[in-house]
Amino acid sequence: MSDWLDWDWLASHGELFAALTGDHLYLSILPVIGGLLISLPLGLACVRWPRIYPPVLGTTSVLYALPSLALFVLLIDFTGFEPLTVMIPLTIYTLSVLVPNVVDGLRSVPDPVRQAATAMGFAGIRRLLQVELPIAVPVIMAGLRVATVANISLVSVGAIIGIGGLGQLFTEGFQRGFPTEIAAGVALIVALAVAADALLVIVQRVLTPWSRA
Amino acid sequence: MTIFELTWRWMSDPEQWQGPDGIPARLIEHLWYSALALAIAAAIALPLGLFIGHTRRAAFLAVNSANAARALPTLGLLMLVVLAAGVGLLPVLVALIALAIPPILVNTYAGIRAVDADVVDASKGVGMTGMQVLTKVEMPLAVPLILLGLRTAAIQIVSTATIAAYVSLGGLGRFIVDGLARRDYELVAGGAVLVALLAVVTQAAFVLLQRTTSAKVRGT
Amino acid sequence: MRRTFRAAAIGLAALLALTACGGEDDPFETDKGGSTEGGNVTVGSANFPENVLLAEIYAQALEAKGVQVTRKFNIGSREIIYDQIEKGTLSVLPEYNGALLAYLDKTATVSSTDEVNKALTAKLPASLELLDSAAAEDKDAVVVTRETAQKYQLTAIPDLAPVAGELVIGGPPEFKTRRQGVLGLESVYGLKFKQFKSLDTAGPITVSALEKGDVQAANLFTTDPVVPAKGFVVLEDPKSLFSAQNVTPLVNTKVANDTIRQALNAVSAKLETPALAELVKRVVTDKEDADKVAKDWLQTNSLT
Repeated sequence: MSDWLDWDWLASHGELFAALTGDHLYLSILPVIGGLLISLPLGLACVRWPRIYPPVLGTTSVLYALPSLALFVLLIDFTGFEPLTVMIPLTIYTLSVLVPNVVDGLRSVPDPVRQAATAMGFAGIRRLLQVELPIAVPVIMAGLRVATVANISLVSVGAIIGIGGLGQLFTEGFQRGFPTEIAAGVALIVALAVAADALLVIVQRVLTPWSRA
Repeated sequence: MTIFELTWRWMSDPEQWQGPDGIPARLIEHLWYSALALAIAAAIALPLGLFIGHTRRAAFLAVNSANAARALPTLGLLMLVVLAAGVGLLPVLVALIALAIPPILVNTYAGIRAVDADVVDASKGVGMTGMQVLTKVEMPLAVPLILLGLRTAAIQIVSTATIAAYVSLGGLGRFIVDGLARRDYELVAGGAVLVALLAVVTQAAFVLLQRTTSAKVRGT
Repeated sequence: MRRTFRAAAIGLAALLALTACGGEDDPFETDKGGSTEGGNVTVGSANFPENVLLAEIYAQALEAKGVQVTRKFNIGSREIIYDQIEKGTLSVLPEYNGALLAYLDKTATVSSTDEVNKALTAKLPASLELLDSAAAEDKDAVVVTRETAQKYQLTAIPDLAPVAGELVIGGPPEFKTRRQGVLGLESVYGLKFKQFKSLDTAGPITVSALEKGDVQAANLFTTDPVVPAKGFVVLEDPKSLFSAQNVTPLVNTKVANDTIRQALNAVSAKLETPALAELVKRVVTDKEDADKVAKDWLQTNSLT
């Protein structure tokens, strides 16, 4: 099988790529958001009540290690051959990456800063949202970047059960012995991951204006 | 029937423990491919990471390779490799190794870099050569991070080897892929549970290794 | 600080909305639970190119009659998709009557198209309906390389009897547990192979394994362009283990209506084996898009 690329094919399938990319984004971004929404309060709880952190961390470490394919197929009985079967394991994976980062990020807020904030009248939620979280952003964002990039890559494994977004290029390309199609899938996924990563870096800069000073 | 009931039914069938398709055979296959891939990846990435960390050259390579590797879709890579070189262990092994190198590389580099510059200075001041500084000072202190890199790589390999069953590799992934195709949910559940267990045990083994070696390092 | 957080929140919401848009217009976004009211039909396919192509032909034929179609292709083997159409998550499947019968009735021995369809209609549950069979057939075949055929003097499946014990046979994972597979090769032809290897569904892995000698016999399909291209030898099936295999639409009765029946029967009326083989070649060898190949065929046969 020649590894050379069929450039004509690549040039003429923009519509297919666009449709699959939209599908792929849907499958990979929702779990990131879901994971974030779960890991923020969970991480907060671990900081507030440090005793629950070791078991939580142990659980997330285990969840992180579980191979995605195993989780996808285990869910089929419950959620069928539908997008949810891919998105639930990816959400679990995301939060297993983010919880330690949220905890570390919040813990990285120096005590003097926290005390000064309280002295200035920031209390409870206000202090959290306006002082602690912003300071924790870099660490949380580092985790978010890892999770996002990994999600975008992992969605394609769902192609094994017919739900893979751009991974569909893999199944179809492989069945026909068509390396160009597979390579297109690889390239698009990597490009998507790089773009998402870059976007998150920009978001981080926007959220932490003091670091630009 | 829950996953665990299915798995239990499957594992208590004596036939599942025999032959080239049996649990022991597939488990050994999986372990063997994974260990082989890890060893080769480490053989490449450890010296490279040590070199880059110690000499501070080509740091860009070390730092960015991990991010790049995380973005590479394993299924696509495996398929390309098999289309190029046909079925067999070697093509898949190449893909497994390629994906395992970045975590080892990045963490080895980070481990060396994390060694306090003052300590390195002091060692040089005492008269150690570059190589001695590397082997007697930097490496021992970098061990925790190096082990973290190996652990991450090991988990990555176990997971990728599972997916590789789709392109006809043996191993525990075989149960998942075959079970899915035959609608044999015992096989699927059992395979998935075994793979998950293997991943967790691998992780635990490395965590244990990290704890014992860091105790030793602290002791010195 | 407040402003930037608000901006970030709005940005995130916008991104979310964008991905939701992307999710909705693309053809692979499925109905939750496969609801089929109002003529929305989910056409599914198994995980090999010919079946994807046939499903695409069905889908376009239905769309030409105004039916709204959702496509779910490449899901998996029959073992998986049959379950899905029985439950109703899929509504239409391109099936092969003989293989479907063998799947539903492990003791079936009939082999002609009419006999198979009669037995099949009796065996199908009330939730499923079989439409008209096409003349086009695609049968499972046991295939060997030319060298192997010469070495062991093989022209038909029974010729394997003396040497099967030394040979490894390969095919998709489900081939091992099917009557039209390893089980039937043993019960009908008395063949006991040395080993079975899971490969893929008549794809590059099976071809590569045959060429490399990882397996000496393999399951491929009679419409596979790779068989003539590589000079593989299809072993004859004198006892008709693989029976008639006419392409036949399978429909979930909740969805079936006359428009759908007419559209799909019209496809069956026109589909012949040589044409099917040619279409598969265009998709697999020439790398043409399934939807274009489907459209061409439908237009040539005035079905759009």
